[in-house]
Amino acid sequence: MENYIKIEFPSKSCNEAFARAAAGAFASQLDITVEELADIKTAVSEAITNAIVHGYAGIRGVVEMQCRISGRTIEITVIDKGRGIADIALAMQPLYSGSDDEERSGMGFTVMQSFMDTLHVESQVGVGTTVTMTKKVGAIFDD
Amino acid sequence: MEMRLEYLGSTLVAKLDGELDQSCAAEIRERIDNEINLHGITNLVMDFNNVSFMDSSGIGVLIGRYKQIKARGGKMLVIRTQPQVDKVIELAGLKRIMDFD
Ligand SMILES: Nc1ncnc2c1ncn2[C@@H]1O[C@H](COP(=O)(O)OP(=O)(O)O)[C@@H](O)[C@H]1O
Ligand SMILES: [Mg+2]
Repeated sequence: MENYIKIEFPSKSCNEAFARAAAGAFASQLDITVEELADIKTAVSEAITNAIVHGYAGIRGVVEMQCRISGRTIEITVIDKGRGIADIALAMQPLYSGSDDEERSGMGFTVMQSFMDTLHVESQVGVGTTVTMTKKVGAIFDD
Repeated sequence: MEMRLEYLGSTLVAKLDGELDQSCAAEIRERIDNEINLHGITNLVMDFNNVSFMDSSGIGVLIGRYKQIKARGGKMLVIRTQPQVDKVIELAGLKRIMDFD
C-alpha cells in the first residue's frame, strides 16, 4: 500500500493527543497489531511533545507531522522550526534532558528508539529539528 | 485527564482516568504534591486502571512522586497498569525501583 498524510498545527500541548490519535488512525489502514499501534502512538507523542516543549520552548510555532505508508512500513516525520539541538548525540542519550523542568525524564528519544525500527534526527540550532522514524508492522499476519 | 483522590488514613489513593502526557503532567503533579503536604500523607497508591495511554511525561510524574514519598519515609505503590503503560514503565526501568501490583 502507498499513502500519506501531512498535517500542521500550532505548538499547543492539547494537540499532542490529537497528533498521536491521527497517526494511529492513519496507521490502522495497515494490518497492524494492538501493540504495534500503541508503540507508534507512544513514539509520536514523544516527538510531538519535544517539538512543542523544547523546539518552541516559551514561544508559539507550527509543528508539522507527515505519515507515510509504503508497503508495510510506516514512516513518521515530525518537523519544528524552533531552537534546534546543539549536540544531537548527547540529546539522544537515555536520561539526558536539556530542559530545566526537573520532571522531564530524558526518556523521550529512548522511547522512540525502542518502540520504532529506525530513528533519525536532523537539527540545526536556530533553524529547527526534523525527527524521522519508521516501523515495519504486521509481520504476525504472514502465513 | 481526570484524577480522583481518596484517603485511607495517611495513605492517598490517586485514581487517574484518561491519557497521561505532557499536557496534564504538571497539574497532576501539583495536585498530588499539595495533598501530600496538606494532609501529612506518607503513602501513595497510584491507580492506573483507567489510564489508556502514558508517555515519558508519566515517567517524570512517577519518579517525582516516588522521591517525595521516599523523603517522608513512606511507600508508593502503582497498581493496575494497562499493557501500553506497562511497556513505558518497563523501558524506563521503574520496575526495579518502585512497587507495582
Ligand atoms: N525538537 C526539539 N527541539 C529542541 N531540542 C530538543 C528537541 N527534541 C529534543 N530536544 C532536546 O533533547 C533533550 C532530550 O529529549 P528527550 O529524550 O525527549 O527527553 P526530555 O524531553 O524528557 O527532556 C531535551 O531535553 C531537549 O534538550
Ligand atoms: Mg521528550
